[in-house]
Amino acid sequence: MASDKIITGIESTLLGHFGPYGGRFVPEALIAALDELSAAHISAQSDPKFQSELAELHRTYTGRPSILTEAKRFAEHAGGARILLKREDLNHTGSHKINNVLGQALLTKRMGKKRIIAETGAGQHGVASATAAALFGLECVVYMGEADTKRQALNVARMKLLGATVVPVTQGSKTLKDAINEAMRDWVTNVDTTHYLLGTVAGPHPFPTMVRDFQRIIGVEARSQVLELTGKLPDAVLACVGGGSNAIGIFHPFIDDKSVRLIGFEAGGSGLETGLHAATISGGSPGVLHGTRSYVLQDKDGQTVESHSISAGLDYPGVGPEHAYLNDIGRAEYRPVTDDQAMYAFSLLCKTEGIIPAIETAHALAGALEVGNELGKDAILLINLSGRGDKDVQTAAEYFGLPL
Amino acid sequence: MPTPLEELFVKTKSENRAALIGYLPAGFPTQKDAKSIVKSMIDGGVDAIEIGYPYSDPVMDGAVIQAASEQAISNGAGAEEVFELLKMSVSYGAPSVVMSYWSPIEKYGSAKFASSISAAGGSGVITPDLTIEESNQWANETANMSINRIYVVAPSTVDDRLSKVTSQCSGFIYAASLMGVTGARSSVSINAKLLVDRIRKFSDTPIAVGLGVSTKEQAMEVAKYADGVIVGSAFIKIIQENGTGRSGLKKIKYLAASLAEGVRNGR
Repeated sequence: MASDKIITGIESTLLGHFGPYGGRFVPEALIAALDELSAAHISAQSDPKFQSELAELHRTYTGRPSILTEAKRFAEHAGGARILLKREDLNHTGSHKINNVLGQALLTKRMGKKRIIAETGAGQHGVASATAAALFGLECVVYMGEADTKRQALNVARMKLLGATVVPVTQGSKTLKDAINEAMRDWVTNVDTTHYLLGTVAGPHPFPTMVRDFQRIIGVEARSQVLELTGKLPDAVLACVGGGSNAIGIFHPFIDDKSVRLIGFEAGGSGLETGLHAATISGGSPGVLHGTRSYVLQDKDGQTVESHSISAGLDYPGVGPEHAYLNDIGRAEYRPVTDDQAMYAFSLLCKTEGIIPAIETAHALAGALEVGNELGKDAILLINLSGRGDKDVQTAAEYFGLPL
Repeated sequence: MPTPLEELFVKTKSENRAALIGYLPAGFPTQKDAKSIVKSMIDGGVDAIEIGYPYSDPVMDGAVIQAASEQAISNGAGAEEVFELLKMSVSYGAPSVVMSYWSPIEKYGSAKFASSISAAGGSGVITPDLTIEESNQWANETANMSINRIYVVAPSTVDDRLSKVTSQCSGFIYAASLMGVTGARSSVSINAKLLVDRIRKFSDTPIAVGLGVSTKEQAMEVAKYADGVIVGSAFIKIIQENGTGRSGLKKIKYLAASLAEGVRNGR
């Protein structure tokens, strides 16, 4: 199957470029570690033993393949289009993040390192990292913006229960961007013993390529599940985009299927026009952040601008370089969804399907309402239900004014 | 034509000593104060000035420079302040360079940035997160300009790569003394000397050691084997602790004089 090959050739060189995007913009001290990681990733990709170990973990620990659920009652609100949900929320730890984390944890072992560090926004990647660290007996330190430790207190407790150390980051905007800065500083200092388990398809090469390769199992499974169920390919594949790992994971195996539209939904916050958003492609410009060239929310001096979103997991002023490239060549589209639109879709899915989605994921669901109405009732939409919403109950209750 | 920075290293070599390079972010704590601080550094005996472009996400910097950068940015420091301080420092008599993460340079337009450095009389640009693989455009744009491209190498840089990176450096090679971020340390890592010795196998360009140097004794020790000693956080810390009144500036000058003595007595 053409779409099942590991590398589609979009990244032009070993340096991890996607057109003008990607590459490496990092202190020289990290180059040796990035080269080591890159080599480990490449050799693991063609090592049947590594692949079968990862597949076994997916099957017996994560619970893969994740199922496909048809959302018929929700679809009535989306112009009657068929809505198929790829249930990454049913994975162990509650989101797609575990796919990448298990892959990188195996690579950490392969490189002989004993300590992992991770950044987290919503806490999902931190929880997945702490989980893998417990499973593999690794030391784990998670950097989390102080503001996020407050709005995602439940996940902080989960990480601690799993044996991880959570370091609240008080610099800068005290959110995900600053957590990444601190993780990179830790990595520069402890690179001999430590692997930086980055959670999204951003950062310096090889992260955008490697994390995508670990996440594309979502799209590989979904593509054959949709074919089996409907006898054809979907008309559109939808996902929310912060850094963009769940989106690239489900998009990537469809890139060569030209009839399939790929649509990413960014966090529009209070609305693009207010400036209070995290819609990097829709509202940003090309620049350099956290070791990669991509779209960035920045001011006239190249200073990163603070992002805003009700969803901690999308509250990031950068985006993966492959998304920047897919946008520029017109293969994928990216649209903003406001906090209010996302929360409407959140509530609708709860009440029509009995599924509480993550607020991140609710952005893709809001997108489905929009796209479904555009494409009409014959359309088939595949949506990545990237995470479950247990962690968001507090935020949602506050938003809807429910007494707790 | 050699840059003033290159001329400085010819001079310090003839004096059998290392050059002292002092770092300060533009606009810290205000642009007006930054000018007084740079003057005090030069008055005390700093040979060359490194003007930092304060950036929102400085991953190579420790707590002291992070706080200084945040303060400068919140006071509105940007490209204009960087070039203005550079010009002032040059006209006050010190060969001067700019240290900037790549994001502000790219946003400003790298060719235009280089021209502005040149126009301000600057000798070069240190780019701590521009890897050699991403530097082709920058190299082409600056090829015909009399400005030095200065890259950072680290103890983890393997020999093959050391040869490649240092061949692209002029003015000096920035040798990071340790695996870590900027900030004072109680001692200078043994890795600094090992790195300098390795660089000498590949390059005749002067080598300046940065990261972790804050005292006269450390400057003396580094001056034994390196051509330049870079001090940043120690100066900034004085201002953070003493302010920019007469006593703060006096302490800046005193530290500069003491470090200047160190770089003269290492060999």
